[in-house]
Amino acid sequence: MSTQAPHTAYKMKTPPRTMTGAEAVVASLLEEGVDTIFGYPGGAIMPVYDAFYDYQDRLRHILVRHEQGAVHAAQGYARVSNRVGVCIATSGPGATNLITGIADAQIDSTPLVCITGQVGSHLLGTDAFQETDVIGISMPVTKWNYQITKAEEIPAAFAKAFYIARSGRPGPVLLDITKDAQFKTLDFSYEPCIGIRSYAPYPKSRPDDVIAAAALINSAKKPYILAGHGILLSQAQEEFAAFVEKTGIPVASTLLGLSALPGDHPLYVGYLGMHGNYAPNVKTNEADVIIAVGMRFDDRVTGDLARYAKQARIIHIEIDPSEINKNVKAEVAINADAKEALLALMPHVQKRSHDAWISEFKALDKIEHEKVIVKDFTLPENSIKMANVVERISRKTKGEAIIVTDVGQHQMVTSRYYAYRGQDNNVTSGGLGTMGFALPAAIGAKFARPNEEVIAIIGDGGFQMTLQELGTIFQENTGVKIVLLNNNFLGMVRQWQQLFFDRRYSSVEMKNPNFIKITEGFGLKARKIEHPSELDGAIDEMLAHDGPYFLEVVVEREENVFPMVPTGASVAEIRLE
Amino acid sequence: MQKKLFTIIAFTENRIGLLNRITIIFTRRHINIESLTTSECEVEGVHRFTITTRTTKERAVKVVQQIDKLVEVIKASLHEEEETVYQELALYKVDARQIAENGLFTAFLNTIKKYDAHIQTATDDYIIIEKVGRRVEVFMLLDALKEYHVLEFAKSGRVAMTRSANDLDQYLRDVEARVAEEAHEVGV
Repeated sequence: MSTQAPHTAYKMKTPPRTMTGAEAVVASLLEEGVDTIFGYPGGAIMPVYDAFYDYQDRLRHILVRHEQGAVHAAQGYARVSNRVGVCIATSGPGATNLITGIADAQIDSTPLVCITGQVGSHLLGTDAFQETDVIGISMPVTKWNYQITKAEEIPAAFAKAFYIARSGRPGPVLLDITKDAQFKTLDFSYEPCIGIRSYAPYPKSRPDDVIAAAALINSAKKPYILAGHGILLSQAQEEFAAFVEKTGIPVASTLLGLSALPGDHPLYVGYLGMHGNYAPNVKTNEADVIIAVGMRFDDRVTGDLARYAKQARIIHIEIDPSEINKNVKAEVAINADAKEALLALMPHVQKRSHDAWISEFKALDKIEHEKVIVKDFTLPENSIKMANVVERISRKTKGEAIIVTDVGQHQMVTSRYYAYRGQDNNVTSGGLGTMGFALPAAIGAKFARPNEEVIAIIGDGGFQMTLQELGTIFQENTGVKIVLLNNNFLGMVRQWQQLFFDRRYSSVEMKNPNFIKITEGFGLKARKIEHPSELDGAIDEMLAHDGPYFLEVVVEREENVFPMVPTGASVAEIRLE
Repeated sequence: MQKKLFTIIAFTENRIGLLNRITIIFTRRHINIESLTTSECEVEGVHRFTITTRTTKERAVKVVQQIDKLVEVIKASLHEEEETVYQELALYKVDARQIAENGLFTAFLNTIKKYDAHIQTATDDYIIIEKVGRRVEVFMLLDALKEYHVLEFAKSGRVAMTRSANDLDQYLRDVEARVAEEAHEVGV
């Protein structure tokens, strides 16, 4: 019996054809429906690039300016399209330059297939030119990786890679292909991977858990839903909205869960975590039943775990069993995909409303409004605040633009003040907090959804980490809009130094270049504004412009982002000033 | 929470690099592996890992979940001492000349017998003794052999079996049925 069973089950799809390994790479990508790939050529991947030459009509290769740009672009592409993002690089430095983005994709559950060239198999382990052990290096940050040393392994390895990347909790996969495997020939036939015996990506909810969860929900006095990225990953927005509306339970969102429920939904109470809204954090420690959907209780959401939601009975809906009880103990866990779990729960939950409980959120909202929001929007005579920029962009795009943020103060301000109403229109580096993410990720997002407005909102620090990708925008004429919120500081680090390090500003002030000259040098239409009176006009001009546009907004230098849950504090101790 | 010795048993595909994928789960959490044994098992193509580690129950449970999550791990489980039958294999090389010169041969043989060990090979220079047992027994024999001058000592990690009638072959058949069913559901 099964001792001889294959590791994967296949279905025949195409008749065999003799080709090189390099061509098989391209053919495999086409079989998986890939039409866009981000990459950078080099010695050990040249045979594949040679094969690209013959497939330019079917496979668009976007030449980035640095491999980190390729992987972040592939992430941006994947995040807004529910497709697997693909990037490609050569061996050695090409491969190591992908690692940051792979780590980012791993922690933010982004499906990627990353292809790297490798030295010839006879040179493995010899410290050959541009040889690096990318399998070893990428192991802790990939869902799966595999070194292909024989041409005939290519189709099955690609089928498995795409299957693993997209199934279950998605994640990045790396395929490292030796140069000889690219040169040699094989009889190519492609059979998509439909299952792996050692891998169970689709756990089914157990009826007992569903019944127990529904009983808790139905009897709750102060129920509270925490919406995570898992809702977006399972494309369960509709099911989620239906569930929320039937149960009448207030919903707060994690950073990556933004846009799971429209920002203007009456049951949406705001954004969770370190720089989230006041009520959603405080009320976490008052709810009697918490329903966490597709989120992992990250430390930026929970604050001090020992004082997190101790009064609440917790229902955790989560596809990855290793996340259940990892940080927060669940009374009832539904180990399933968010959509499946919500559909299973739906018939068992009662139609209810929780008006009194929700009005408690509104009371705290009022405090936040008075102590934080009013200040955030008070325009000083001669400078602009970040919130003003974000709020106006939100209003002018009706919350429907794809917003790509980098990491830092501007990211938190955007998460607070952009009213996400679109489908998957929030792209940001959440778990890893990768500065430099936004510009290349926005390029990738624009390739995935070319007819939609893609706006990268970036700080002056992060922008300079990957601004070489302006070259990619120039070459491809990628119509992304870039909004640089420039305070000439590494603002979030400065804020921490101010609050927790006695205002000893250490290496946070930036002497910045002339960004207009730089971006104009890359062929972008560029404009810099410094005065509040210019703001509306500049945003209108940017949105009306057909093609890439760079808007530098000089913002107040030393603005702090509040509310804030300081490290080690409980969510209930969130500071308003 | 108190630290204890746990045994982790994992069945995996036989793949290059999987050992590394498993050990970095410990490294990342700053947990030491006390012993690790891996080899083929009763099902062809499936490897068995037996890992012992001293940590808290909570951390051990989480480590096992992380191991179980690896794509090429078929199944991983956590066991406390009383839940498994386990053994280690040790080899001891002692100085044959010293035993002969001091007329200790009878005492030496009695020691071997007492500890339920046996002579694996003997030359004029040395004698190699083999002992199968629990860690504490293996080290008791090491202590007892010290007076005969131990030239070398080597022992394996733990191999362990659970005290339940698990059938990996049946498990794999169930898994393959599940894979086929899922494939049917997604319409391929």
